[in-house]
Amino acid sequence: MNKTVNVKFAGLGGQGILTCTDILGRVVFDQGFDVKKAEVHGMSQRGGAITSDLRYGEKVFSPMIPTGEADYLIVLTEDQVSVNEHQLKDGGVLVTPADFPADQLENKRTLNVALLGALSKHMEFSEELWLDAIRKQLPERLHEVNEKAFALGRG
Amino acid sequence: MSEERMLLSGNEAVALGALHSGTALGVGYPGTPSTEILENASKLGVNCQWSPNEKVAAEVAIGVAFAGARTLCTMKHVGLNVAADPFFTVAYTGVTGGMVLAVADDPGMASSQNEQDSRNYARAAGVPMLEPADSQEAYEMTKLAFELSERWNQPVILRLCTRVCHSKTVVVPGEAVEGPKADYVRDIKQRVMIPAYARPANKKLRQKLADMEAWNNTDGPNQIVGESKTLGIIANGVSALHAMEAAPEAKIFKVGMSWPLPMKALLEFIDSVDDCLVIEEGDPVIQTEVQAAGGKVRPRLERYRFGELDVIRVKRILDGDDSEEPAPPKGKPPQLCQGCPHRFSFEVLKQRGCIITGDIGCYTLSVLPPFETMDTCVCMGASIGVGLGMRHVLPEEQARKVVSVIGDSTFMHSGLTGIAEMIYNRPETGHVVVILDNSTTAMTGLQEHPGTGKKLDHTASENKVSIEATLGAMGIKNIVIVDPSKDAEAYEKAVDEALASNDLSVIIARRPCILAVARDAKFARGEKVR
Repeated sequence: MNKTVNVKFAGLGGQGILTCTDILGRVVFDQGFDVKKAEVHGMSQRGGAITSDLRYGEKVFSPMIPTGEADYLIVLTEDQVSVNEHQLKDGGVLVTPADFPADQLENKRTLNVALLGALSKHMEFSEELWLDAIRKQLPERLHEVNEKAFALGRG
Repeated sequence: MSEERMLLSGNEAVALGALHSGTALGVGYPGTPSTEILENASKLGVNCQWSPNEKVAAEVAIGVAFAGARTLCTMKHVGLNVAADPFFTVAYTGVTGGMVLAVADDPGMASSQNEQDSRNYARAAGVPMLEPADSQEAYEMTKLAFELSERWNQPVILRLCTRVCHSKTVVVPGEAVEGPKADYVRDIKQRVMIPAYARPANKKLRQKLADMEAWNNTDGPNQIVGESKTLGIIANGVSALHAMEAAPEAKIFKVGMSWPLPMKALLEFIDSVDDCLVIEEGDPVIQTEVQAAGGKVRPRLERYRFGELDVIRVKRILDGDDSEEPAPPKGKPPQLCQGCPHRFSFEVLKQRGCIITGDIGCYTLSVLPPFETMDTCVCMGASIGVGLGMRHVLPEEQARKVVSVIGDSTFMHSGLTGIAEMIYNRPETGHVVVILDNSTTAMTGLQEHPGTGKKLDHTASENKVSIEATLGAMGIKNIVIVDPSKDAEAYEKAVDEALASNDLSVIIARRPCILAVARDAKFARGEKVR
């Protein structure tokens, strides 16, 4: 059966939600999956709440995750958990900054990649695939600090 | 090239399609969700430029197409209102080189003042329309749009929507072709729309539409998926993808060319199933047309006219579910950035109890708490005209408090004619216009405009339009230029004096957007900017 995996990211504009969605998008794209990523920008730069949907599988139809069908929900800021919890399906995985010692981050701006590290523990892809995607999606001078953040999240 | 797989947004895919179609010039005005089309096309090497507004962009595009070359003209849905005048008549004149209008609708209004449905324009003007559902189709239909435009000598609308523009999906690009070379061939009767030439042009247009419809019935970019004899769904664009997921058991007619509709094929489809519905976002355009042609479809419940569709809403439509939909939890609304120079500019007006007629841009966010300092916002440039109308009729005490607030990019877009009106029909109490000049088109993502001194790709332009010199030349005597963040007192003094006088005053509150400053610093360091 054609199973579509749904990953939803939520947080505030400026937290790097689109970047970390792109990194996961790169991981699954490189694995040859059909991929769809939906987001709404425009207002997002002004610090408003934003979400981003990443779906992958053999064949993905709608770019948007139906409400309550997220297999994974990654929330970058604790106060956005309650407004997004209903997106998660029964038995789905919630990933938040509480999953790892976020206060040990070398650079707070790498929180998004640290959350990917925490997410990666629940997914089937090898660490090397994730690191490769991080290197492809980010400028070189940010590689080291983000690889450390990923490792912190992965634990 | 044919095996290359890419993950592109719909906007990036249109840009690549334009490159691979040999587009000679891309034009447009920024507007969410269409903005990134020209930005990406420019990065790919297509010659692209921002125009002051969509009307001018469309006119430049018409010139390119009359000259025989290919042109892409981009705008958001409300931009087509601005460009409607040339748009309706280029449908009569037709074009020589391919002319593609990429128009992006915003159902659900993620970032717009209305959710008008551009399909009504295709029908009203008699312009063919293609509707991609994902990035692969956005790429292919951009190329197809150029081919059809030249085949029928007719401009073609590529109708996009937020979920196509801003979703990334897999694209396998095809071959690139070269566009036709510009070479002027005179055709006065076809391009000078005096009544004597326009009358036969309208008849010719109707014949073209009949030919296009016949083609769309047999060879159009439409698809029938599934075998069901019980449930049939007619759907366009991204709605068709929601429908395929919501009802995998159904037989689906996916409409790719939505004007002129492939009516014969649609009616045959309706006859092939027991129960048929149209799944479309926005206005019931296909449904109404199909019904007018005698097709029996189950009418959509009115509540689904509003907002975006998704898989769950499509299931509800199929179930005939008219129960109240759960309201999504309220997220944190966007607001003016910390450190935004507009914050203080508005605060001063609020303290003085001003009636603020506002405009379209970041500063529209000042309507939200904690500022709540905007009384009206209608469309690009409306701040000045609406403010003048109020000044003309309000009792003096209230009229004196009316201030029109407009941004620099919006001023270039459609503020100039408002200023002409102000000078020509001066209210007795005069008027006050505040131009919030942050030297960029901030709301849509920091695009350049004629007043910034930079071209679309952010390199220096040969000339720039000076707001103050233009105002002075038009006849405004009281022009104050001030940086409210640096010299608060001077700004407050300028506002107080302007409000107290019967003159026409323009205060230019000038300070660059903090996001643009940060972005330009990144450019200077040679870093990639999203």
